[in-house]
Amino acid sequence: MHAIDLENIRKVYKGGVEALKGISLRVEEGDFYALLGPNGAGKSTTIGIISSLVNKTGGKVKVFGYDLDTQLESVKAQIGLVPQEFNFNQFEPPIQILVNQAGYYGIKRKDALIRAEKYLRQLDLWGKRNAPSRELSGGMKRRLMIARALIHNPRLLILDEPTAGVDIEVRRSMWDFLKKINAQGVTIVLTTHYLEEAEMLCRHIGIIDKGTLVENTSMKELLARLDSEVFILDVDSIENVPRSEHFIITKIDDITLEIEVKKGQSLNNVFAELSTQGVRVNSLRNKSNRLEELFVGLVEKGNLNDE
Amino acid sequence: MMNSSYLTALKSIWTKEVNRFLRIWVQTLIPPAITMTLYFVIFGNLIGKRIGEMSGFSYMSFIVPGIIMMAVITNSYSNVASSFFSAKFQRNVEELLVAPVPNYIIIWGYVGGGVIRGLLVGFIVTCVSLFFVELHIFNIFALLLSVLCTSILFSLAGLLNAIFARTFDDISIIPTFVLTPLTYLGGVFYSIDLLPDFWQAVSHFNPVFYMINAFRYGFLGIADVSLIWSFAMIGSFIVLLYGLITLLLKKGVGIRS
Repeated sequence: MHAIDLENIRKVYKGGVEALKGISLRVEEGDFYALLGPNGAGKSTTIGIISSLVNKTGGKVKVFGYDLDTQLESVKAQIGLVPQEFNFNQFEPPIQILVNQAGYYGIKRKDALIRAEKYLRQLDLWGKRNAPSRELSGGMKRRLMIARALIHNPRLLILDEPTAGVDIEVRRSMWDFLKKINAQGVTIVLTTHYLEEAEMLCRHIGIIDKGTLVENTSMKELLARLDSEVFILDVDSIENVPRSEHFIITKIDDITLEIEVKKGQSLNNVFAELSTQGVRVNSLRNKSNRLEELFVGLVEKGNLNDE
Repeated sequence: MMNSSYLTALKSIWTKEVNRFLRIWVQTLIPPAITMTLYFVIFGNLIGKRIGEMSGFSYMSFIVPGIIMMAVITNSYSNVASSFFSAKFQRNVEELLVAPVPNYIIIWGYVGGGVIRGLLVGFIVTCVSLFFVELHIFNIFALLLSVLCTSILFSLAGLLNAIFARTFDDISIIPTFVLTPLTYLGGVFYSIDLLPDFWQAVSHFNPVFYMINAFRYGFLGIADVSLIWSFAMIGSFIVLLYGLITLLLKKGVGIRS
């Protein structure tokens, strides 16, 4: 069973802007799927169409086998949506927002209060349950939108840049929460500009650029396509750049080296070569996120093709 | 969803709508009471004494039904127009649009909120009127049905306005340039018998005229046109607006990209 099955989805906005040019993709049930792309690529339009906030121009959408055109209410019942912008009533308290939302899904007030308490506690908002929502911090508002999206226990959770603008501590706690929800069987589709977030959380990935799906594969397969990786090494103070026949080594400063390791080469050989020259490595990290390198490559390739 | 689920959804919208206007009661319930009190004092008490009787009743008794109805119309309309437009503006209407709630539940949810506010304000104004005149009820059925239908009709009109509105100006233009003239020219302060033939004929195209006519009949037992004709007109306007709104929501006009 596919959680999402899109077939040749097209969207032309008034004025003739073609936001989606025939996107087809499938997301397996239980997957954690990243939908990436530059600004204006068509990610939010795709999400809008799946969640019925945007009318499609053409194509077929199925969610857990339910057809959007003929079984709209069944489709909606499967989905929990966390939109990019805060879209709750800022004058209502969190508990009220959640209970109202539950009511729209036919959940009676008594049950809704129990569920609301569960999610507000899990997302660390219980203490603010009666405060006007406009007084919540940015991170709390994001978590409130996640709680609202989960109140009817959806099988599919769609998150449109859920961690935008939140600090790293809150972001990490949200990652843990989302991993837990996914482990419980909820399919998650995530759009984000934080590529390390997508790399850390998602098992499959789709990249949209200019309304076209330019990549749709597993995270492992995509990362395996990297020809080389660049590492930053913190070393004890050195005067000269260490020599190497196999690696390109650049000295950034007296205690930092940059090394490019090509596919098939081993980091052990790097350490061995440096060790023979008396260079002691204290720590190592990627220069940039691996997914970021691939993402930029794919998008740039699309731009070149256009030219 | 089952029917009971739809009922829960409907109740949720009603609760949200009622909580909304009760939370800001100083803006929603007090001003109409003050405005209508001024009408009673100035038009009914001060000017009314000089006018004398109208259709066999004191002028104050004559205008009370019209003033109550005016409050119901204005508040039913503005409640739905401002609430639905705010929901569009803040985008929290999306909470409803992503949920498995059929369009008719959305319509009756918002209309229900408008009706409750309209009737509550109507009740407050009625209570205020008791300080100025002794009220007699001629036909309670006509009275209740007319006020209910009127609040439904103008709640629908408010919703229609909010669907098309793109700015806050758009939801103040219709009340200023359409609703207020229709209400004032609908016979709140006079019987259309006083008008020349041409303007009497024109008045028959004004839906507010039929509402005030039916409501006044409920209080005083007098009417410019037959009660059945009044309710037929009100019912027709309700069906027309409901059909139009249903069509617009189905197409996603004003709410979906």
